[in-house]
Amino acid sequence: MTVAAAELRLALLGVPNSGKTALFNRLTGGHQKVANYAGVTVERKEGRFTGPRTGRGYRVLDLPGAYSLTPTSLDEAIARDAVLGRLAGEPPPDIVICVVDATNLRLNLRLVLELGRLGIPVVVALNMSDVVRARGYRLDARALQAEIGLPVVETVAVAAHGAQALIDHLDAREPPSPRGPASFRDPTPEQIVDTQREARRILNRIAYHEPVRQRALQRLDAIVMHPVLGLFLLAGLLFAIFQAVFSWAALPMDAIDAAVSWFGGWLHGALPSGPLRSLLVDGIIAGAGSVMVFLPQILILFLFILALEESGYLPRAAYLLDRVMGSVGLSGRAFIPLLSSFACAVPGIMATRTIPNLRDRMATIMIAPLMTCSARLPVYALLIGAFIPARQVGAFNLQGLVLFSLYIAGVLAALLVAIVLKRTVLKASHHPLLLELPEYHWPSARNIVIGLWERARIFLRRVGTIILTMMVVLWFLGSYPAAPAGSTMPAIYHSFAGMIGRALEVVLAPIGFNWQISIALVPGLAAREVAVGALGTVYSLSATDETAAATLTPMIAGSWSLATALSLLAWYVFAPQCLATLVVVKRETGGWRHPLAMAGYLFGLAYLGAFATYRIALALGA
Amino acid sequence: MSIHLHEYAGDAPPVALSTLRKGDAAIVLGIQDGHEDLGDEVRSTLAQRLLELGFIPGEPVEVIGTIWPGQDPMAVRLGRSMFALRSREASAVTVAVTNGKRLK
Repeated sequence: MTVAAAELRLALLGVPNSGKTALFNRLTGGHQKVANYAGVTVERKEGRFTGPRTGRGYRVLDLPGAYSLTPTSLDEAIARDAVLGRLAGEPPPDIVICVVDATNLRLNLRLVLELGRLGIPVVVALNMSDVVRARGYRLDARALQAEIGLPVVETVAVAAHGAQALIDHLDAREPPSPRGPASFRDPTPEQIVDTQREARRILNRIAYHEPVRQRALQRLDAIVMHPVLGLFLLAGLLFAIFQAVFSWAALPMDAIDAAVSWFGGWLHGALPSGPLRSLLVDGIIAGAGSVMVFLPQILILFLFILALEESGYLPRAAYLLDRVMGSVGLSGRAFIPLLSSFACAVPGIMATRTIPNLRDRMATIMIAPLMTCSARLPVYALLIGAFIPARQVGAFNLQGLVLFSLYIAGVLAALLVAIVLKRTVLKASHHPLLLELPEYHWPSARNIVIGLWERARIFLRRVGTIILTMMVVLWFLGSYPAAPAGSTMPAIYHSFAGMIGRALEVVLAPIGFNWQISIALVPGLAAREVAVGALGTVYSLSATDETAAATLTPMIAGSWSLATALSLLAWYVFAPQCLATLVVVKRETGGWRHPLAMAGYLFGLAYLGAFATYRIALALGA
Repeated sequence: MSIHLHEYAGDAPPVALSTLRKGDAAIVLGIQDGHEDLGDEVRSTLAQRLLELGFIPGEPVEVIGTIWPGQDPMAVRLGRSMFALRSREASAVTVAVTNGKRLK
């Protein structure tokens, strides 16, 4: 087979909620590459497909959603620059596909007209044209094409073959000749109004008709967006999601755990004793396992987030919570990143890209690690299991209550930190919410699967590589120098990690930490849950996590005071014991200033919190 | 900057959108006082963005819901779209209330 013609570069542009990403998924299937645009933290999604008739290859860029070519956020600026061909290292697209929500032409048409004036090849994809037919709209695509002077095709991004008309159109086109950057001048307010009026004249001329919104949807909104009922619904939904995250994830997490220990054990038996075996088994396999074990929880949480996002519910939740978030200086838009942070702060911090205001975004990033991520759970579970009796308090279990209060402590701390930040370093004048509340849609399974696949890949690649590297470094620190012959102490006591830990003990003794805890916190810097395995090592137990936790429980219950355990719990509410988070903050903020400030304030809070807890507990006789 | 091109010839006085109640219907008269910048890519102003979203003179709007207390933010329907506006943004939109009255 010969390559028919040179590849054509396509760029998908559209207002948010136009179904642009769904169309991108439809065109490219799973063949997508996610990276960042050079020098900025805006996600660059590119995919490929082949035209069935011509065999021509297409490279498709899924641009961030944009209401206008006059940007209000970094995302919109990137979308504009990509369309105009101004981005360094990105040739101008050969054809821009303007994805339009056909059920809301009034909002979409202005951007189409703006694009049409650029004099670059544009195709208009009238998306959701199935909904248009089913719900009694009147929309004549041919007449629209004649009016705007741009080719118009109908698409249904959520249906198989829904992009066929677009692909046929592209395949039938002669490839446009290459072009340089296009020029664009921001319109004046008067020009914006003129364009809007022109759009409305066009809609009148083509006799565009929208039906009255369905009564059922209006009734749904009356509940969902009700200031009181809506909040109850949201609280119930969140409760159900967390229940599902923890109960559904238990089985796959156990399976991953078992598979990793089995593999480690097998490798342990297959390799001769020595540093290589230790590096592979204790460093790399244990490290990879400690990352992968969280994947089920993250995927289940994202399953819900993606479904709620597709359905149109999440912006309504942001609307409901804007007032509450606004009282601490945050935007309602911060809700989604903070919700994600309960699974893992890394995807949460990446999700702050949807917050247009830089100061809001920074404040959200800074408090995201205070949300109780799932990596804290093994530590909480160990300590609560060892020290808190499983007693009934009224209708509740005391252990459950303690766990719940740790979650609440994180949220309250986050609110306080946000207030302080927004009153001081991140002080900003008023900035708008201006959030579109899109129409409800049934989520498409295909889009959710593709979205989950993407999240899983990003998580494993970004977090996996960081944690893996750190695990290898920490393995080295924990294994060398070896224990002298005849030592009664565990080997880690004599290692670099042991030395650092014993030095730390001087600082950590006032908050009740013994040298064993101090040493375990050193490898625990890489990721919180690693501390459990490290404690096992310190107490000379077998290092496999599963058995470690079981044998550790009586061990620490016998040797630590309750005050020490409570102090360590308080420490874990705050301490930024997750290098992956700090590295992602560095990537997202473009420097070391924010991650260092974050580590500083969180360690400070952790120390204060643990100190207060320890002293109060001692005073109460614990 | 203020865009004031009102074609509406009813007897309702011009008021800020932020003063409306849930269920109120109105006609946009213009955008007042939207100088402030949006976001970090400060090329656009609040007024420009409101116009781009469709808050242009003559357009009918309806208040779908508000959050208590203080009606902040409010959800506003504009054609097929619905937007959540904080009180500050809603006060930049000048409207005339048309509740119940049919416009010619």
